[in-house]
Amino acid sequence: MKPKVTIQNIQKVYKGKTDVLAVDTINFNIMENEFITILGPSGCGKSTLLRMVGGLEEQTSGHIYLGDQELVGPSSNRGMVFQAYSLFPWLTIEKNIQFGLKNKGMKEAERKEISDSYIELVGLKGFEKHYPNQLSGGMKQRVAIARALANDPEILLLDEPFGALDSQTRLIMQELLLNIWEKKKKTILFITHDVEEAIFLGSRVLVMTSRPGKIKEDISIELSHPRTYHVKSDPAFIKIKDHLTELIREESLKAIELEVQK
Amino acid sequence: MQEPKTAVNDTSIPMYKEQNKKETKRRISWLQPQKAISKKLYLSLSVSSFILILLVWSGLTYTQIVDPLFLPTPTDIIHSAVTLFTELGFATDILATISRVFVGFLLALIIGLPLGILIGTFKVVEAFFEPVISFVRYMPVSAFIPLFILWIGVEEPEKIAVIFVGSFFSLVLMIAVEVGNVRKELLEAAYTLGSTNFGIIKSVILPAAMPGIMEITRLVLGWAWTYIIVAELIAAPSGIGHVIIESQRMIRTSNIIFGIIVIGILGLICDVVLKIVTRKLFSWNYGR
Repeated sequence: MKPKVTIQNIQKVYKGKTDVLAVDTINFNIMENEFITILGPSGCGKSTLLRMVGGLEEQTSGHIYLGDQELVGPSSNRGMVFQAYSLFPWLTIEKNIQFGLKNKGMKEAERKEISDSYIELVGLKGFEKHYPNQLSGGMKQRVAIARALANDPEILLLDEPFGALDSQTRLIMQELLLNIWEKKKKTILFITHDVEEAIFLGSRVLVMTSRPGKIKEDISIELSHPRTYHVKSDPAFIKIKDHLTELIREESLKAIELEVQK
Repeated sequence: MQEPKTAVNDTSIPMYKEQNKKETKRRISWLQPQKAISKKLYLSLSVSSFILILLVWSGLTYTQIVDPLFLPTPTDIIHSAVTLFTELGFATDILATISRVFVGFLLALIIGLPLGILIGTFKVVEAFFEPVISFVRYMPVSAFIPLFILWIGVEEPEKIAVIFVGSFFSLVLMIAVEVGNVRKELLEAAYTLGSTNFGIIKSVILPAAMPGIMEITRLVLGWAWTYIIVAELIAAPSGIGHVIIESQRMIRTSNIIFGIIVIGILGLICDVVLKIVTRKLFSWNYGR
């Protein structure tokens, strides 16, 4: 089977007084309908990697392909969900979700139909006419996910979307996202620094090293679907969690050492 | 607000009986920094400041401690107001001043708004215009007035030119800064939703910056009121500034003071109206 997205020898150097190698020679494929989580310590370049796939940053060298087509710059075929504050505050919830559809030149009635179905999907029925500043953090992220999905992108890119939420809301959002993925058969690339989140959501976890970020390990998560929060107490889950926690800890310590040496 | 689908059953919360605990005395809350006070207290304090001014003024003038030539009594001012409106056609002067401000300011806004947006959006435009505009902005518009009189004369176009020059450069620069501060996340989100470089100006930059632009408009319009008076003081066939300078020549102090009060009231009305309009139009920007 051909991969959906191919990431080939990606490097990112930040130029400055001293050049900083942020992301170092990363290679991996994303298959259709895969849910890949990228787990790494803070500052490892995982967000930079995601932003390069999204076309919001340019790699210094290497190539990214969607199917056979090389990706240059952002486009509606890759939907993005940011950590926070990316909803358009002057638009109602439904207009936010219709934003991409309007860009495509879709008719009002058709847009409304699609936004209604995604509002239903993320459980926000009744909030169509609300403005973002009337919603809680969790609800805002529901809208952000619905907005990205409504555009029907080839791949959904999420950059620590639940990082700013409290732990209860976060769990609910994780289940919601899994549920959507199981229903809609989407291809997802998800960035996080939370070990539990990475395992719970991912069908595959890529662990990154501290800066310069490389892929340290590539683990398939063979836990069955549909998953609920109960899976977090499954022995198989705990075993993977212990292993990944150890890996991330090593990398975090390295990162701290590097900081100290500076 | 709650997450949806989470029903809270209020009756399930147990009610505690009031206990006979001694209440500690509350601290005096109006001395707590930034602590809100009741609307009633706020309003009465605001009103009392005006009353205080009026009292001090009356005390100084009715007792003739101060020479009425320097400061007339409140009654004198009211007399002046009546004469100005009924005999001297002050309403026409007020209208003349208002129309000058609005024509000049509107022109500045019509040209300044698109230019400010372009400067705030595109670095190439910024590099070309920004230095020149920053330079001109620091030249006081009142110093231009003799030059304008020489070039354009003392009629309406000169007054409008003063307002235009006085507001245009500040408007452009402040709008450019506001537009440049539109959050990057919003632009990035729009790009991943298929927006184009030019489409994004209309669909993201403009709506995001609009409340700030309205605030800027309100501020600069306030400055425009002072420029017009300066222009009218120097040379004008009509207008509030003209009435003030004429009154000085005839030593009618109460006319001068009434003229100043009218300017203040006009500025305040402008300000309040714009504030209300902004809040109505951009309610999404002002809380829940």
